[in-house]
Amino acid sequence: MGLTQIIAGYVPLLDSAVLLAAEEFGFAESEGLQLRFVRETSWANIRDRVAVGHFDVAHMLGPMPISANLGLTPLDTAVVAPMALGLGGATITMSLDVWSAMDAAGAPADGEPGAVGRALRDVVRRREAAGRPRLRLAVVHPESAHNYALRYWLAASGIDPDRAVDIVIVPPPLQADALAAKRTDGFCVGEPYGSMAVARGVGRIVTTKGQIWQMSPDKVLGTRLQWAERFPEQLAALLRAATRAARWCEDPANHAVLAQMLAREDRLGVDADLLLRALTGRLEFAAGQERLMADFFVPYSRAANFPWASHALWFYSQMVRWGQVRHTAENAARAARSYRPDLYRAALSGMGMPVPGGSSKIEGALTEATAVGAQDGHLTLGPDGFFDGMSFDPDRLDAYIVQQLK
Amino acid sequence: MPEALSILLIDDNAIRASIIEAGLREAGHTAVHIVTDIDEVASQIGMIAPDVVIIDLENPNRDVLEHFFALSRIIERPIAMFVDKSDPAEIEAAVDAGVSAYVVDGLRKDRVKPILDMAIVRFRAFSRLRKELEAARSELQGRKVIDKAKSILMQSRGLSEDEAYSLLRTTAMNQNRKILDIAQALITASDLLGP
Repeated sequence: MGLTQIIAGYVPLLDSAVLLAAEEFGFAESEGLQLRFVRETSWANIRDRVAVGHFDVAHMLGPMPISANLGLTPLDTAVVAPMALGLGGATITMSLDVWSAMDAAGAPADGEPGAVGRALRDVVRRREAAGRPRLRLAVVHPESAHNYALRYWLAASGIDPDRAVDIVIVPPPLQADALAAKRTDGFCVGEPYGSMAVARGVGRIVTTKGQIWQMSPDKVLGTRLQWAERFPEQLAALLRAATRAARWCEDPANHAVLAQMLAREDRLGVDADLLLRALTGRLEFAAGQERLMADFFVPYSRAANFPWASHALWFYSQMVRWGQVRHTAENAARAARSYRPDLYRAALSGMGMPVPGGSSKIEGALTEATAVGAQDGHLTLGPDGFFDGMSFDPDRLDAYIVQQLK
Repeated sequence: MPEALSILLIDDNAIRASIIEAGLREAGHTAVHIVTDIDEVASQIGMIAPDVVIIDLENPNRDVLEHFFALSRIIERPIAMFVDKSDPAEIEAAVDAGVSAYVVDGLRKDRVKPILDMAIVRFRAFSRLRKELEAARSELQGRKVIDKAKSILMQSRGLSEDEAYSLLRTTAMNQNRKILDIAQALITASDLLGP
């Protein structure tokens, strides 16, 4: 029997693992699918090639479907996220020069974002007082979980992301080079590129996205709404295959094999040891300084594959906060509809894998891992707190936006 | 006669850049600027003040460039991409050919379309050229592999060159595989077994 081909675009980052593993380890085939991958060099290409139909689906930045549906992209093609590809997974890494100044200003070694942020604020202020140029901090795209996490952390630490530092764009694989060449002073980027900067002796991980916002969303599986509607069975089969692959990716027994597959030249083309750091949660913040962060990258548990409408709305709130889009009730509704928990739930129904019953939650309500009821069993969610103790209630979106614009 | 359009071409492939540039000049565009390093764009864009920016899709710096446009106050008018959102066929042709273009909003479509059409044609021609080169190179590589397999057979089985080739061919036919695959397998096996 022939397999149905699905063409998938991805950018070489750790959280493309779920999609790549779905094909490599037989999960797609058992659903009658064959995934063909195209590695891309820019998020703009992912966006455009999904929009014109070169790709059926793609590994996408979480905010990307939202920006497509809000008309921020070149093509007016409706894009939806029927699945998320994991939680956490990104670091904030600084050059050794900046770190040594932060260290002197009292930054702790454990990455606690409050204290690390205060130290960075001192460094930024001292530089300003001395008339030195602003720090240049890189992210991979303006509409990315990394840009929003970095800005959230800076703002909550008393550093104005638009005035006190320069935020620039650098493609993920070039981050370590840019840091080494002193073209940037730091970055917030998905793994393995923080670990790569550490391994090359040009950077130090100072905190992680998952410490700024625990269990925070990052990449999604994106597809044209038209494709999702035209091929519902293929999409459902893909969601099942990718979810099984995600469960497999999370199992420590598979980490070594997974890292070897991802390391291949035709996949990520990155040293397997670097990938293992994030997969096992044994991150080296600096050479030889390993820290165990069990939930650093969560590909499956804690409903990591569920495309929460509240995640979409939080991204939207940050687009508004940083002036990328104007807040209207209609825009907010479009943003929320960009994530499709209904499609995910329907595809997974009856598989014995628990899926949340609700589509939205109050982000930051769970201070510890909490068992909740779910379709097909029980689920553990969270902790999902923001480091500054704030929470985001999607039903009180307007108030959240007003409060942040102050 | 309208004012000449300023065209910025960002391409780290010097050969392709020169092919596009020649096409633009033949079409009467004199203000064509080529930049190979994205960092130079930042310093030069004010001087160049492009009406049209052309960049290849393989360039990892597309995200950088788009952000730069979004931030840049040098280009005061907003940038519309791919000529016109309402022309999906043109966009698809561009993406297919591996090129993307950014156009200053407000430019008349009939002035921009020929430029993009030309870029698309030349990008296609270039990629065909590259494919032909690759095919030629891999054919040469394939011939070397088969020659090596033949010589292994000639030495170990005492066959003539023709006999060795015909043995490879029959084996390939019987196993429903390519001669090249059989030759490669033979070389690997012979390496493993040693001299």
